[in-house]
Amino acid sequence: MPDVINTHGEIRQDQWQVIERPVEGEVLTLPDDQPVLIPADLWLAGDYAGNDRIGAWFDSHEEPEILAGRVNELPVIAVNFPKFVDGRGYSIARILRERLGYRGELRAIGDVLLDQLHYMKRCGFDAFTLRADKDSGKALQCLNVFSNSYQAATDNDLPLFRRRAS
Amino acid sequence: MYVYDEHDRQMAAERVAQFRDQTDRALSGELAEEEFLPLRLQNGLYIQRHAPMLRICIPYGMLRSAQLRRLAKVTRDYDKGYAHFTTRQNVQLNWPALENVPDILADLAEVEMHANQTSGNCIRNTTTDQFAGVQADEIADPRPYCELIRQWSTFHPEFAFLPRKFKVAVNASEHTDRAAIQVHDIGLQMVRNEAGELGFRVHVGGGLGRTPMVGPVIRDFLPEFDLLTYMEAVLRVYNRYGRRDNKFKARIKILVKALTPEGFAEKVEAEWEHIKDSPTRLTHEAVEHIRGFFTEPDYQSLDNATDLLAKQRFENREFDQWLSHNVDIHKKPGYAIASLTLKKTGIPPGDVTADQMETIADLADQYSFGEVRVTHQQNVVLADVRQDQLFDLWQAITPLGFATANLHTLNDIICCPGGDYCNLANAKSIPVAEAIQRRFDDMDYLYDLGDIDLNISGCMNACGHHHVGNIGVLGVDKKGDEFYQISLGGSSHHDAEIGKILGPSFAREQVPDVVSNIVDVYVEQRTAEENFLDTYRRIGIKPFKERVYA
Repeated sequence: MPDVINTHGEIRQDQWQVIERPVEGEVLTLPDDQPVLIPADLWLAGDYAGNDRIGAWFDSHEEPEILAGRVNELPVIAVNFPKFVDGRGYSIARILRERLGYRGELRAIGDVLLDQLHYMKRCGFDAFTLRADKDSGKALQCLNVFSNSYQAATDNDLPLFRRRAS
Repeated sequence: MYVYDEHDRQMAAERVAQFRDQTDRALSGELAEEEFLPLRLQNGLYIQRHAPMLRICIPYGMLRSAQLRRLAKVTRDYDKGYAHFTTRQNVQLNWPALENVPDILADLAEVEMHANQTSGNCIRNTTTDQFAGVQADEIADPRPYCELIRQWSTFHPEFAFLPRKFKVAVNASEHTDRAAIQVHDIGLQMVRNEAGELGFRVHVGGGLGRTPMVGPVIRDFLPEFDLLTYMEAVLRVYNRYGRRDNKFKARIKILVKALTPEGFAEKVEAEWEHIKDSPTRLTHEAVEHIRGFFTEPDYQSLDNATDLLAKQRFENREFDQWLSHNVDIHKKPGYAIASLTLKKTGIPPGDVTADQMETIADLADQYSFGEVRVTHQQNVVLADVRQDQLFDLWQAITPLGFATANLHTLNDIICCPGGDYCNLANAKSIPVAEAIQRRFDDMDYLYDLGDIDLNISGCMNACGHHHVGNIGVLGVDKKGDEFYQISLGGSSHHDAEIGKILGPSFAREQVPDVVSNIVDVYVEQRTAEENFLDTYRRIGIKPFKERVYA
């Protein structure tokens, strides 16, 4: 069971299991004993709304806009970073938060390392599952490495130039 | 010039602390090399052929004398006492030790300098015209907008892991383009619309490298205050849809081409619609606040020193040449813009020693309000020199080798560090530059040839901008041997164009002869008014080809 870290660096464990996309021809099979994250398009195609034990996940090439109008029916949305240098997940997160108005938990999964946590937090992620070999104990320091920022993002919609002017 | 406030200072300090921690973890093995790689790149640190290379940012090319002195000190304390001015208005140290880099960055932060985002797949240093703010024909001073872009792009959380590097340039002059904006990922040309309002014409998808392209216009007029929201829309479209499967097809130019400029523009407009009225939209107060840092220095009310200069020119022919070639007209009467050339034959273009940096700093204090500008042609500019002090300045820089009156001539070569320093290079470039400079050592002949941009890159990454040289030289590898491909007709100015390849490549020792042959064709065919590019455009590549491969 991997550690899940929140924006305060607190570590907990939970049961959410990421269900991979089934290969073509196979159907999605879900375990009945634990909550699951399923590919977002399959959540949309299925009849899962209202089930607080079923969340969704996006891969980095997928379009968060498919959930427009429905994001807040989901208890958890995860965004996968297939490689930590794949920066598409940051845009997906901001669109989910700022455009689609998602208020639930937004979790970074996949190749999630320490030195990217600060950027992820700024883009609206509030839960992080670090890659297994990374030290969760260092997450807090990395989340708070900067105490200020120049530009607006999900965590602060006022860029520094507006705060300076006031 | 922009001066840090407590916010800038705090973030600069936090950045140094962050990189110190990252370097410690890399040295201890806790951070794998591939994990450290983008972190160190975004702090300017490459691992090069001989040693690490540190690329220090000079935001839009502006330096204070105190910063130049600190650079000199850093090169003495941590390197071999010299540095290299690059074609992106930055400066590079070629021999720092990895474990010293956090200390170097801390020393630089004390004078409001850094190496943030000078490398890596992120938004790089924004560049502009080295004559910004001192030339008569600009729409408005571009530097406040460069600074606003710098702040917006610094540690941008969404755009730190783009498909590939991303370069922005701003130009404000109506008649010249010294910033080569049309070969940038985003090129911003300042314009006024019919109502007289300030804004930008936006080019996206220009670039050099493997697939050189002139950036198409995707918006004719972007109102001033919409600058950052629109750029955010461009970057978001690129971040989401730019190719990540092939590094050589990952620049935004490939995406713009694939979608067509119109298709790309539509996507950007659709994205922008969502965010154009967000708080990232600039305000009058914000622009004025930044503009307040770029006010005029304390100019005296002077007349042009026309008679004095005429007398000095008459008495001293070399001063006359220097004035004609290396000094430009200033917007204020009685002042002038002086370019110091770092192109003395035998010295790698752009290289400058610690002693020279200190001397330039002293000259800046004495003659130009303590400010220096670095150009993408790898020269330095003193932008505010009193005309009645030009002769003194010229006398001071002549023994230093900075008064070589070869600006814009065939000998004012743009040249990357090449195979002598760079891991990526296929071939050396510095010896080629030197051989050409030695061949064309007759200044009168050079002046007679007029303006010719000759640019040399040691590989197709094109740091020496060979595609946009009127004559371009590209180092290529042929089964382990260094060869050089020649292209003609490139331009980085308002009439931007990618040069055409002349034909099969040449061995290094042939290159000066080839350039001679090309120049001979021009001299034989030109009309009285034509410069090299005009003649080339009129007669085409064929006569050059016939002569060179005869």
